[in-house]
Amino acid sequence: MALLEVRNLRVEFPTRRGVLVAVDDISLEISEGEVLGVVGESGAGKSMTGSAIIGLLEPPGRIAGGEIRLEGERIDNLPYEKMRRIRGAKIGAIFQDPLTSLNPLYTIGRQLVETITTHTDLSEADARAHAIDLLSEVGIPAAERRFDSYPHEFSGGMRQRVVIALALCVNPRLIVADEPTTALDVSIQAQIIALLKRLCRDHGTAVMLITHDMGVIAETADRVAVMYAGRIAEVGTVRDVVKHAKHPYTEGLMGSIPLVGHDVERLTQIEGAMPRLTEIPTGCAFNPRCPKAFDRCRTERPDLLQTDGATQAACWLYDRETAYV
Amino acid sequence: MLAYVIQRVFQSLLVMVVVAFAAFIVFNFVGDPVDNMLGQETSAEEREELRKDLGLDDPFIVQFGRFVTNAVHGEFGISYRLQRPVADLIAERMPATLELVALSAVLALVFGVPLGVFTGINRSSWISQLILIVSLVGVSLPTFVIGILLIYIFAVNMGVLPSFGRGGVVEIGWWSTSFLTVAGWQAIILPAVTLSLFQMTLILRLVRSEMLEVMRTDYIKFARARGLTDRAVNFGHALRNTLVPVITIVGLNIGSLVAFSIITETVFQWPGMGFLFIQAVGFADVPVMAAYLVMIAFVFVMINLIVDLLYFVVDPRLRADKAVAAGN
Repeated sequence: MALLEVRNLRVEFPTRRGVLVAVDDISLEISEGEVLGVVGESGAGKSMTGSAIIGLLEPPGRIAGGEIRLEGERIDNLPYEKMRRIRGAKIGAIFQDPLTSLNPLYTIGRQLVETITTHTDLSEADARAHAIDLLSEVGIPAAERRFDSYPHEFSGGMRQRVVIALALCVNPRLIVADEPTTALDVSIQAQIIALLKRLCRDHGTAVMLITHDMGVIAETADRVAVMYAGRIAEVGTVRDVVKHAKHPYTEGLMGSIPLVGHDVERLTQIEGAMPRLTEIPTGCAFNPRCPKAFDRCRTERPDLLQTDGATQAACWLYDRETAYV
Repeated sequence: MLAYVIQRVFQSLLVMVVVAFAAFIVFNFVGDPVDNMLGQETSAEEREELRKDLGLDDPFIVQFGRFVTNAVHGEFGISYRLQRPVADLIAERMPATLELVALSAVLALVFGVPLGVFTGINRSSWISQLILIVSLVGVSLPTFVIGILLIYIFAVNMGVLPSFGRGGVVEIGWWSTSFLTVAGWQAIILPAVTLSLFQMTLILRLVRSEMLEVMRTDYIKFARARGLTDRAVNFGHALRNTLVPVITIVGLNIGSLVAFSIITETVFQWPGMGFLFIQAVGFADVPVMAAYLVMIAFVFVMINLIVDLLYFVVDPRLRADKAVAAGN
């Protein structure tokens, strides 16, 4: 049984001009200890999916359908208080900007201890000892001394290490990391990614790594889900998705990544832009930009289909009945 | 931090000197005190004599120096109207005003802050909407209208609370307090409520908008993601982050409470400094006016100083500015 199972999840935003569907009928699974990368452009619904899983969709956003199961138990319809006990304890979260993720008015030690004592029966002193261990583990030098420092006394990279310590401090089974390195310097990004990867391996924690950076995914993830306009376009192992992409969108995405040492004349470019939520075309949402689109793509919406490669793609090219094209 | 404190104290002193200067000018140039003190038929020699006795022939700067020296010692001359030392008059009236202001400030905080937090968190509940509408009344109705309204309801119609005066006061040394008798409490309720209502609604609305602002921040979202209890998130993390602006406004408002108390004291015939001041204005009693001006300025300056120091307590980023600048 998968650690996390998302089935036909649908996230809606009621607005004055009608209901916007930010996440449209997506399904995915994460196994114990697995790193699932979720990539896509801004607005593809990756962060919404993450927020829905940790139960912190910003109102008026709401889960309109489907279910989310953690270790087999449904968690999408839990009352707030029950979900609160799961957040932090079973599902940790890391957000994009370490500079704003920590409360500026409390020491990092206090924020750690507070999180630990909220979810465990540890005494204040034990929690403190545990927190200091964690800080050393995430690579904060002189953790004992830095325990009583305030967030503004750390650099961005160090703060993200503290954030990781906070996300891991009660040993959750899953961490939803939403763009954990986007706000950091490139040189720091690699360190943080390596740290996250190592820690999660050591603790056996699964990660849902949300990013728009294929490089990060390629380096870290076991499997990848590519999202486009609120749906999953393609899903498979990192190797298959990066090397043998089947969905025209993924192909375009991979072709647009510059690689050092590869002598490519021009990077490919996907014409156009992802549709806004208000004007998603009928049929496959990608059809107006797709170089391989045919009639069926404009009328019917494809679900994930097994491709001729190892991945699954939401593309009519891989429907056996229409394989004549 | 010590440098900062010294700097702020120095600035405060400067402000006080400027205010004293203004008060001094009012005191001296509104009219010739000698004319006020002597009759029409005094000779020019006698006038000169008195002028000399009072030191009014000294150079301007010397006179100002003397005024400041006296003011520091709490001496502001003799009231024209009551023929008593202004310092004594103020000392008599001050407890009444300070007690009124203190109770109003407490009321404003005790109701304003929690209601602000409540309406900030439960943004769309109908109770919040109701509180906000009522608070709009508090912000927009002038103090004297509220005072008169309260007198009409509770003193005239229901007859449960007195409409003027301090009721029973108990003398403790030179301080007279309303807080030790039932009559005193009954007398102070209406003026205190009147005076606090505006501040209360102001604090409520300020706390609410700051809460709304803070609730949107990443660290609140992250605090929720860590599974902290609502109580810890709302009060431990959110409320504390609203405190810097709230302390600023509350501090300034306590100053304005002292100033606004003029109106409330007049409406309720409250024997405080404001009432004394209004009577002094009517009589062109310059020494009293000058002393009142200096007193109010002193209160404002002191509150500002305390507010600036409180920032350090609330926000660690200010404490460590120096360390950050030094690259630590």
